[in-house]
Amino acid sequence: MISPVTACPVTIRIQEDDFDIAREIAVLTRSRTDIGAVVSFSGICRADEDSAKISALTLEHYPGMAEEEIGRHADEATSRWPLNGVTVIHRVGRFMPGQNIVLVLTASQHRQAAFEAAEFLMDYLKTSAPFWKKEESAAGTGWVEAQARDDEAAARWTKS
Amino acid sequence: MKVKYFAWVRERVGKAEETIEPPASVRTVEELIAWLSGQSEAYAYAFEKPKVIRTAIDHAHVKSDAAIAGAREIAFSPPMTGG
Repeated sequence: MISPVTACPVTIRIQEDDFDIAREIAVLTRSRTDIGAVVSFSGICRADEDSAKISALTLEHYPGMAEEEIGRHADEATSRWPLNGVTVIHRVGRFMPGQNIVLVLTASQHRQAAFEAAEFLMDYLKTSAPFWKKEESAAGTGWVEAQARDDEAAARWTKS
Repeated sequence: MKVKYFAWVRERVGKAEETIEPPASVRTVEELIAWLSGQSEAYAYAFEKPKVIRTAIDHAHVKSDAAIAGAREIAFSPPMTGG
């Protein structure tokens, strides 16, 4: 018997505009009765970084590659976990503390797959999706340095 | 081939993209970085720590020993900090 193929729509958007989490979840789950869990992660611009007050954050990306790179990891996530939907929205431009930067939604029949896939996607977004952050503070502006802890977080998903 | 620069690599080189024609002896990413570094002080500054530089060929991450033959677009950047 051939098992039914569960549709897993993948939405990837890179945009300057803000996103509405509730609306994105509604779009992902609309007309679906097979989804039992939606995990949402949102990344928000923070005011404090190593005790320095951040006044703004500018995000630059590599158009074309950013979508492809997120797409490759979304495909890997759908092959590793039984997902029923994935949405990744990454904003670019200049942001003030408190503003949304990134949204990851993962939908599955059960929560564990949704939780794990969301973490997997975020870990890879931080280390391999071509985005770069520049911080503005009273001390001036500077590019945010990559963190070893982010590489370690991504490395745990590597198949041995 | 087209070369793109991002974040502080772009700022140090002083441009976002350009078309270059390295000599045939330049075969790998590592050799391309060394060749670019010899072009001017701006490139030398951008690539002063080659191990830090991340490279993508035609939108895919590659290591420094990757061959550049046939590449349409090569991008150089610092490590990614999205999310």
